[in-house]
Amino acid sequence: MIDKRDAKLSLFFLSISFLALFIGAIAGLLQTLVRSGTIELPLSIGYYQLLTAHGVLLALIFTTFFIVGFLYAGISKTMGALYDVPRRTGWLGFVMMTFGTILATIFILLNKATVLYTFYAPLQASPWFYVALVHVVVGSWLCAFSMWNQYYIWKKKTNNKLSPLFSYMAVMTMALWFIATLGVAATILLQFIPWSIGWVDKIDILISRTLFWYFGHPLVYFWLLPAYMCWYVVIPKIIGGKIFSDALARLAFVLFLLFSIPVGFHHQLLEPGISHSWKFFQVVLTFMVIVPSLMTAFSMFAVFETAGRKKGARGLFGWVKVLPWKDVRFFAPMMGMLIFVPAGAGGIINASHQLNQVIHNTLWVTGHFHLTVASTVALTFFGIAYWLVPYLSGRTLTPQMNKLGIIQTIMWTIGMAFMSGAMHVVGLFGAPRRTAYTTYSDHPQALDWVPYQAAMAIGGTILFLAILLLIYIIGYLAFKAPIGEMDFPLGEVEEKATSTPIILENWKLWVGISAALIFIAYTLPFWHMIEHGPPGSPGYKFW
Amino acid sequence: MHMHKYEKIWLWSGAVCLTVFLLIVGVSAYAMGNQPPSHMETIDPKEAAVTAPFDKPRMTKVGDQEYEAIMLAQAFTFTPSKMTVPKGSTVHFKVTSTDVVHGFQIPSTNVNMMVTPGYVSKISYTFEEPGKYLILCNEYCGVGHQVMAVTLEVMS
Repeated sequence: MIDKRDAKLSLFFLSISFLALFIGAIAGLLQTLVRSGTIELPLSIGYYQLLTAHGVLLALIFTTFFIVGFLYAGISKTMGALYDVPRRTGWLGFVMMTFGTILATIFILLNKATVLYTFYAPLQASPWFYVALVHVVVGSWLCAFSMWNQYYIWKKKTNNKLSPLFSYMAVMTMALWFIATLGVAATILLQFIPWSIGWVDKIDILISRTLFWYFGHPLVYFWLLPAYMCWYVVIPKIIGGKIFSDALARLAFVLFLLFSIPVGFHHQLLEPGISHSWKFFQVVLTFMVIVPSLMTAFSMFAVFETAGRKKGARGLFGWVKVLPWKDVRFFAPMMGMLIFVPAGAGGIINASHQLNQVIHNTLWVTGHFHLTVASTVALTFFGIAYWLVPYLSGRTLTPQMNKLGIIQTIMWTIGMAFMSGAMHVVGLFGAPRRTAYTTYSDHPQALDWVPYQAAMAIGGTILFLAILLLIYIIGYLAFKAPIGEMDFPLGEVEEKATSTPIILENWKLWVGISAALIFIAYTLPFWHMIEHGPPGSPGYKFW
Repeated sequence: MHMHKYEKIWLWSGAVCLTVFLLIVGVSAYAMGNQPPSHMETIDPKEAAVTAPFDKPRMTKVGDQEYEAIMLAQAFTFTPSKMTVPKGSTVHFKVTSTDVVHGFQIPSTNVNMMVTPGYVSKISYTFEEPGKYLILCNEYCGVGHQVMAVTLEVMS
């Protein structure tokens, strides 16, 4: 068991995370029912209002709170109890983030911020919505500072010993997050807040979109890296194996820091105002970030196979059978891992310069990120929660809850196969994303899409039931399960693995290269936007 | 840093795949001219509706089997709302927005681009098949986003 005070901090983050998940899931269910034409919303609740709530609460709040909670638990486990300053800073971060979350939710529910979670200008929400987002971001920065501070003190006290793998990865994840969120913080503080209050009457749209997507792509890696931490560090222990290589795991995280940020233009491929050569340059960098994921895939399957063979598995694929399929701590992340194979392939398609034209802003994209963040990442997070929540609350994961967790994972996989599968197919036909139920005056093409939207609603309903089951399991594990000692599974490194080169902890070097790549990829096109920008736009409230 | 032999093989095959993918999109972009719409022309969004040529949104014949569609995107419609061209025509779409960001997509074609206020977005397409094509907005633009669509009829 980690220090009780750290467990409490971690649990507070996890609680807000699951609360956001529950509310966001209700919005998600209603959206799929509306879009299939099954129901109409009562009480003048708008489809786009739900969509805003769904995006903000799941993509931003559920993920960020879960990640910070998980990282604190792992840091306290691997580097020892948090020192006073890091812990206090962590609580301050929690308070700021929670305040921001509540404020944002209120303004979304008041229908004063129906701008979706991407809040593209010149749709203009209440200034309080942007103020709320700033609190979430700055609060998360305090958590980043607190984790770095813990690492710094630990390094000093241990005379620069090699940091534990988990903590190294946590520091890297928060470094990625901090560099990425500088973009979104800049657009909110310098553009959206002065403009929505009325201090300035115009906003430069392309600059705000570029700053947003400078943040928007590394955001997805911020979700993914903690899942990778579970795969690299936690899963080997659960399956009775060893970490394949400490050095290669760290190298993969270094590559994510370098290549996941200067790639935002692949979200803006179809926009005017950015030259196609700069777009292509960032497409090339986007492909570089696939390499560390390939490394991860290799490491994982190497661990599975070596662990299986040690248990006596024979034949080319005998090791598959001896994996602990009945242990939800393995099963849920494993399903996430398997789903990442098609999800990653879809991502390569999306970033492929011309192919983007076929799928941009169609339901294909929605289908894509419901495989990545809402399956690969979410299932891994659920798999973590099943042992982390009882671990932190001094209880145990009972065989019965383990079984329910497996059922939950299967439901999630089936529900997502329906929903995301239908989204991918109908997206290829051209059905737009982020659009309420419509047949475009009974246009035959749009009518052909309706059955797929019904399949999305079936999937959405199964997914919602899975969320109810998840909330029940988590609630039971937090408050009802038998008192006991759980294990925080932390893998050990294979004896034969090579030692870790010291250069991997040279933060100045990696952050420096990351900054250099960002400057190369962004300076000239960004300067062009400023120099040749059109007159700005006033705000519009079209909802 | 030491790497396992199999990992080297795996990563090299991955790197070769990625290089091939990039070569394909690169050749398509730079040798065959298949670049995503990236026009640089700007316009004052407040004045767009009274600035030529957008003061008169229309479809005009500009050559043999060649048309130009000057279009305005505004919440929640496109102007002109009805257009007709003969089969086999190439249409050059030139679109700008007077208010918020819109999308411009014609399902079952490769016509898909963003319409950002302040910029003129352009894309061309040759309509070989006759039919009633849907032109729709695929970027959330407000409460009526789902009705923002017009049709383009391609006559046989």
